[in-house]
Amino acid sequence: MPTVSVGRDRLFQALGRTYTEEEFEDLCFKFGIELDDVTTEKAIIRKERHLEEEEPSEDEEVIYKIEVPANRYDLLCLEGLAQALRIFNGLDPVPTYNVASINKESMLKMHVKAETAKVRPYVVCAVLRGITFDEVRYNSFIDLQDRLHQNICRRRTLVAIGTHDLDTIESPFTYEALPPPQINFVPLKQTKNFKADELMEFYKSDLKLKKYLHIIENSPVFPVIYDRNRTVLSLPPIINGAHSAISLKTKNVFIECTATDLTKANIVLNTMVTMFSVYCERKFEVEPVQVIYPDGKSYICPDLSLYLMAVPLSYITSAVGVPLPAHEVARLLNKMQLYAKHSVSEKSETSFTISVPPTRSDILHPCDVAEDVAIAYGYNEIPKIKFPSLKPQPLNQFSDLIRAEIAMVGYTEVLTWILCSYKENFTMLNREDDKSTAAINGNPRSADFEVVRTSLMPGILKTVGHNKDHPKPIKIFEVGDVVLLNETKDVGASNRRHLAALYCGATSGFELIHGLVDRIMEVTGVPFVSPGNNTGYYIQSSDEPEFLPGRQASIIYKGKEIGTFGIVHPQVLDNFDIPDPCSFVEVNIESFL
Amino acid sequence: MAEEAVLGYLEKNEEISDSGKFAEEKGINHDEIVNIIKSLNGFRLVDAQDIKKERWVLTSEGDLYAKYGSPEVQLFSAVPPEGITREELQRVFTSRLPDDLEEKLKSSIYKIGSTQHSKKAIKNKWIEMGKSQVSRKVQHVDDKVRYLLIQIQNGEVVSSEDIDALKRRKLISSQIWKGYSVKKGPKYAPKRKKVATDLTRENLQRGDWKELEFKEYNFLAKGQPTEGGCLHPLLKVRRQIQMIFLQMGFEEMPTNNFVESSFWNFDALFQPQQHPARDSHDTFFLKEPSTTRRLPEDYVERVKRVHESGGYGSRGYGYEWKREEANKNLLRTHTTAVSSRMLYALAQGPFAPKRYYSIDRVFRNEAVDRTHLAEFHQIEGLICDRGLTLGHLIGVLHDFFSRLGMSKLKFKPAYNPYTEPSMEIFSYHEGLQKWVEIGNSGMFRPEMLLPMGLPEDVQVIAWGLSLERPTMILYGIDNIRDLFGHKVDLSLIKRNPICRLGL
Repeated sequence: MPTVSVGRDRLFQALGRTYTEEEFEDLCFKFGIELDDVTTEKAIIRKERHLEEEEPSEDEEVIYKIEVPANRYDLLCLEGLAQALRIFNGLDPVPTYNVASINKESMLKMHVKAETAKVRPYVVCAVLRGITFDEVRYNSFIDLQDRLHQNICRRRTLVAIGTHDLDTIESPFTYEALPPPQINFVPLKQTKNFKADELMEFYKSDLKLKKYLHIIENSPVFPVIYDRNRTVLSLPPIINGAHSAISLKTKNVFIECTATDLTKANIVLNTMVTMFSVYCERKFEVEPVQVIYPDGKSYICPDLSLYLMAVPLSYITSAVGVPLPAHEVARLLNKMQLYAKHSVSEKSETSFTISVPPTRSDILHPCDVAEDVAIAYGYNEIPKIKFPSLKPQPLNQFSDLIRAEIAMVGYTEVLTWILCSYKENFTMLNREDDKSTAAINGNPRSADFEVVRTSLMPGILKTVGHNKDHPKPIKIFEVGDVVLLNETKDVGASNRRHLAALYCGATSGFELIHGLVDRIMEVTGVPFVSPGNNTGYYIQSSDEPEFLPGRQASIIYKGKEIGTFGIVHPQVLDNFDIPDPCSFVEVNIESFL
Repeated sequence: MAEEAVLGYLEKNEEISDSGKFAEEKGINHDEIVNIIKSLNGFRLVDAQDIKKERWVLTSEGDLYAKYGSPEVQLFSAVPPEGITREELQRVFTSRLPDDLEEKLKSSIYKIGSTQHSKKAIKNKWIEMGKSQVSRKVQHVDDKVRYLLIQIQNGEVVSSEDIDALKRRKLISSQIWKGYSVKKGPKYAPKRKKVATDLTRENLQRGDWKELEFKEYNFLAKGQPTEGGCLHPLLKVRRQIQMIFLQMGFEEMPTNNFVESSFWNFDALFQPQQHPARDSHDTFFLKEPSTTRRLPEDYVERVKRVHESGGYGSRGYGYEWKREEANKNLLRTHTTAVSSRMLYALAQGPFAPKRYYSIDRVFRNEAVDRTHLAEFHQIEGLICDRGLTLGHLIGVLHDFFSRLGMSKLKFKPAYNPYTEPSMEIFSYHEGLQKWVEIGNSGMFRPEMLLPMGLPEDVQVIAWGLSLERPTMILYGIDNIRDLFGHKVDLSLIKRNPICRLGL
């Protein structure tokens, strides 16, 4: 995206008001440009020279660096930016650009020689009459040429612009292509004559110009423009002649664009003349030049005619997604410099004839018109339309993610029954039933299904008890629901998602289960903190009957106990017929959501 | 033995006042005693208090002089009463030193000897150093330095002036000696019960677990780190975003083709051949295989026409379209190259609405820095259907990004050659307190869709973003190389938590 640097105060003056930085950013955002940087001339120089950053002094002119869309060449200078924003703000009407009506005889002429086809076949020209430059305007004029050269002209390969003081040269002009030694002139900023081939050698050490030499270097003939007195205007796309150089005092500017791409040459010429005709005696008027090709065909340029495009109202509203009346669409298009005239067909369909001005070469298709309506309406004002889509259950998604993590540290998943015997849920775990936790089955077919588990522990211990011959260590885990009595629920009970894991080996692996607790916390993004700190988790010794005293602890997460771990009490191991020591952890994972 | 000595002594005595002296008395190495005291103190069988003493020990140089005498005295001894030449003196001097010293060391002792003389011994008028001849000035000298060193070695008291002098010559250095004074602790017993660190199978088998006393466990420290593998953070995020697309009814496009032709990557997208993105500054063009072999010719013809002169309601770009440019192979610069192939394929049959997504690698010829890599992952979503509007695009973007935790969005007009209207997507970042650009979106241009053969009333809304940018914002990473590539710190991958996007 090209960036344009403009003086803030001059821009605000042109816009007819001042803005705070925020207000201006907001305007840019809506229009589709971006305030990229706020700086000063001196800061830019300091940066280029890699000097220390300094606080800018009060009197330095503030410069706005503004990013503009790559296809809006009309926004590459202050004149165009100000005009576009003024019209967008409803301050100005869309300007009408005119080609001065001059009879063919008195029109300036440019004769193209056949040889130019070998190197750079096209040229287009125009004249800005009675222009008034001042330093600021003049610099903007030069800068615009630079930016066009860098962007649409693809570093002068496609198009090169030459601007001349018309009062120093005389029509008719000729655009020729000659062997380099035959071209001889004083180039811009030099005082002595160079032959074109010498000049190419000379510019090899010129930082700015050497990158353009390759465009014609290997051609046997170089493009060159002469006036009737054989004064060299320019050696495109390298350099202009010193003779016709423009200055602050120049009144009449002759502009020539030589090109390998005629469409782009016209866009470039139109951009130059439309932007700066605002400073002409006859505002927005441009004097034409006749370009005559060797085959006798001739063209009057510039072509500032409006491009007419028929666009149905329904096309626009169905793209934008807002039902807008025709007059409103026309008003919105005016803000974007497009003139829209609407008509109603026999089938009572409303349609527009859109007039695209020469400044808006980016408008290629009705879809570009529709976009302008959307921008003027405001992207952020368009009501959103939702598609049907699904939302997952966060608890189940999270369970799946954490299951994968536990498996990745070497634990094998088991899937045990929700139902168990009363004994297994209480006495075999050394627990007493205080009647406040478990949902009890009223009609169990067998003792195995008396209780809805309140912990994953019985299922896991039964699994170990039935896998006594499995090589040690056994590392297993389960993520599943338990049911707890809950008075806040309509039915008096609710599920809770737990994670449990067990290590069984020649030793209980207590430190390993402790390490697993740390890992669970790490993968859920919880930091380890010191006791009493409620921003993460810490471990605190506990006193639960199912675990061995002294080798058990609670996990405190954000100040709340969410689980315990410990060496399974030898009595409990014995109850489940497990001959090997085990450590076990159980955590409520709903707290992590 | 040491443990019994300590506990046994305390059974009858109040205190061991100095572990050093105690070790000496019992004939046990002091280090061994110290280890036992530390362990007993940990189990609170004893209460131990630190004792620190400063004492002087000989440096290796001091050690040497204590054994063989100071160099200055040795030099004196090497001078016979009748005198000697300088050359001869050094030979005699070194020959008197023990044979097992290295030659280098011998000559350095000689040097020290002579410099000591020039500084000190000569002042005392021991010997006379002439230009070539050296002779004694006194008949006998005392080796005071050696004597002092031996005294220090034996732990005898030496005056502070002498200490200073020896210290200056780096013959002695101070050493902090650490020991303990020990009393009975709250859990004192004449004999320590065996403490356990973990419950073992044997404990269960013997049934002695009831008597076990466990070493106190430190819950302020972390447990033993787990062993196992970890998935890459970026791909964990990719997985979650894939889930989001699936939940939104999107089908994945096959994107396992990095090598692409300019045609599908650019021309089919109505991206003009002079567009800056097609510069070698931005795109990797391939030397091998340099050109594409096959393109659908009738479609190529339509694409050429729409670039050159428009059609389908468009003015076109008005330039001469070159097949050679379209044939150039490259590493795809965006996954939209795949989208263009998919939409073309879709247009070849009777129309059916589609929602497509992909997340895969793309390549840019960029200088690598904190925010840019030559390759990254692009996320792309598109909906192809009749009757789509900007309102639908805004709606689907809100749905998608709110699932990524970005629900405050705004849209800025932008330019992109293949979308019109085009919208840049900005999200308000609560942490940074500002709007940040997070992606691009738009409706594909008719100049792209109609040459493919899609019906005129079909629109495509699409958006794209990188996988890296939201991931960096999510994890607070500000250098892309810390996240992706070979310079990534492996512990970052291991520590990285579960990605909860879309939950």
